[in-house]
Amino acid sequence: MSARAADPSRDPSRPGPTTPVTITVDGEPVTGVLGQSLAGVVMASGRTAWRTTAAGRAPRGLFCGIGVCFDCLVTVDGVRDVRACQRRAVEGAVVTTQAEALPTRVTSDVRAGEVDDA
Amino acid sequence: MPEVASTKDHDDSANDGVVVVGGGPAGLAAATAARRAGARVVLVEAGDDVGGQYWRHLPPQRPARDEGQLHHGWSRFTEMRRSLLADEGCEVLTGASVWAVEARAPHLPGDAPVLRVVLAPIGGADAAQREHRLLRPGALVVATGAHDLTLPFPGWDLPGVVTGGAAQAFAKSERLAVGERVVVAGAGPFLLPVASSLLSTGATVLEVCEAAGPAQLARGWGSHPARLLAGPRVMAAKTAELAGYAAALLRERVPYRTATGVVAARGEGRLEEVVLARLAPDWSPVPGTERVVAADALAVSHGFTPRLEVALAAGCALREDGFVAVDDRGATSVPGVWAAGEVTGIGGADLAQVEGELAGLAAAGAVAHPGTHEASQRLSQQLSQQVSRLLDRRRTLEAFAGRLAAAHAPRAGWLAQVTDDTTVCRCEEVTAGRLRAVAAATASTADTPAGARSLRLTTRAGLGVCQGRICGHAVDAVLGRTSVGRGAGSGVGPVSHQRRPIAVPVRLGELAALPAPDHQTSDHQTADHQTADHQTSDHQTPDLTDSEEPRS
Repeated sequence: MSARAADPSRDPSRPGPTTPVTITVDGEPVTGVLGQSLAGVVMASGRTAWRTTAAGRAPRGLFCGIGVCFDCLVTVDGVRDVRACQRRAVEGAVVTTQAEALPTRVTSDVRAGEVDDA
Repeated sequence: MPEVASTKDHDDSANDGVVVVGGGPAGLAAATAARRAGARVVLVEAGDDVGGQYWRHLPPQRPARDEGQLHHGWSRFTEMRRSLLADEGCEVLTGASVWAVEARAPHLPGDAPVLRVVLAPIGGADAAQREHRLLRPGALVVATGAHDLTLPFPGWDLPGVVTGGAAQAFAKSERLAVGERVVVAGAGPFLLPVASSLLSTGATVLEVCEAAGPAQLARGWGSHPARLLAGPRVMAAKTAELAGYAAALLRERVPYRTATGVVAARGEGRLEEVVLARLAPDWSPVPGTERVVAADALAVSHGFTPRLEVALAAGCALREDGFVAVDDRGATSVPGVWAAGEVTGIGGADLAQVEGELAGLAAAGAVAHPGTHEASQRLSQQLSQQVSRLLDRRRTLEAFAGRLAAAHAPRAGWLAQVTDDTTVCRCEEVTAGRLRAVAAATASTADTPAGARSLRLTTRAGLGVCQGRICGHAVDAVLGRTSVGRGAGSGVGPVSHQRRPIAVPVRLGELAALPAPDHQTSDHQTADHQTADHQTSDHQTPDLTDSEEPRS
């Protein structure tokens, strides 16, 4: 159905033991393997898309896989625009997906409100 | 050069020796050679480890006992890495990205530019508040490599459609298959290692579809490919490598189809099926030959495009095909700057290492190194013998690379797959129809820099967060401006969308924390001027705007 981890027993490189790592994605715990990227952990859990585009509200996930296309951006521990294919998963990382809307028109009422607050 | 800014916050007497940007096969070979020639070296690598895309491997958190089983030239890689890491005369910076290239002040002929580098903690790509560093190369070697060139088709923005590079990267460094039933498509010998990597993860590779037809392939490979590969001895490694990939496909009974391409990817919210068609010799789909294949992943690459940010910012001239122009020792058009590897043309890891070695030796020769006169004479004699051997190897490998490029080069008919509702710019979600309509409505001539810029500003194509890295070539092609598929000789280099004064995104907070440069001149592009238009802020969409704007 989707991405999945290779079977280590059939891997000719004889991979050693792995350490589990658990992150949360939009509040939901997801467990992967220490050393994996955030994209890898999320994809291995069966999820193909995580970002939503601003204009078309379209789903996006991994595309270039090497940090060039910026399609896989997520927010990590409150810091936004992190490339999920480049950032490694660490225990307890709080990942939130990004779903920007296009900017909306700023009305004069809102501007007045901001001035009042300031 | 106008693209090089001048600031006065450098101590120009300082010199970091040979600075190599990029830790793949070319960069590692350059650093190793420069050390052998006695120069101090700083190697700047954006990833957590050196090796580049070619030697991508499991990270130290989950090492394999016998990683070399999955690689070619692995022992050469580990030996170069071991000796550079253990060498006090070499500093290896990982997680390090060059984000700006500036001229020295005052600038003297032969001076390499100064590099601004941002350093992420291990595993912490794109972290906030990274360390910043200024490097002052005595000589600069640009070995930044290349990334996949994927030509658009309807549905290429669906999740599940990835580049060949992505499929391979995740197989190599995570042992993760991007899908269970995968179609590999596009053009070039790279499709073979992509398929082979996928097979190694246990994925089912349904078929490998090569766009080039038999006549085009014969131009490069000849009618006896085996004889071509078995030629000079320097080709032995290459032969073994390609034969190994082909054998893996045969073993798993994966069909390899020529003159076949993807005309659409379809699915509800993710890839479910791939529409393949027979391609005419000009790569246009042959009507009536479409067939639908159910798949959960599609890995598609039509070649590679060089990563030019550092080279262009340093002022290096490009060849007509868009790669960095170099002489046979790797010297660029800019004194003090050399280039090696895929950024100078696609030739594979063996050629990249030869080029890296030549550039590393030349760059080392340009920086003063300690030692007696006698010792340095003996060294230069040894080196000149090495250089002539390397030049021989370079010629042989380059001839082969040139033939392969012709055998798989995109042909103009590929544009027929780009229907009006095809997304061309993925970031800003601009369709081919919109691009064509705006070009027609404004009568913009896309073949002038001003016309191309105006079209980009109106449609926002190529101005999204990837800064046109993925769609730049396709946007130009749809507007009839490019050489992709038009063959060389169009006279219009694919340069305009490639200029990115900020080479990688840097956060505003990090810039604010930098020591303020002393800007004495107003006619130069300065760091804060660029970043005002190019920033990813903590509160806004990562809207990196047109690289050309501040320059116009």
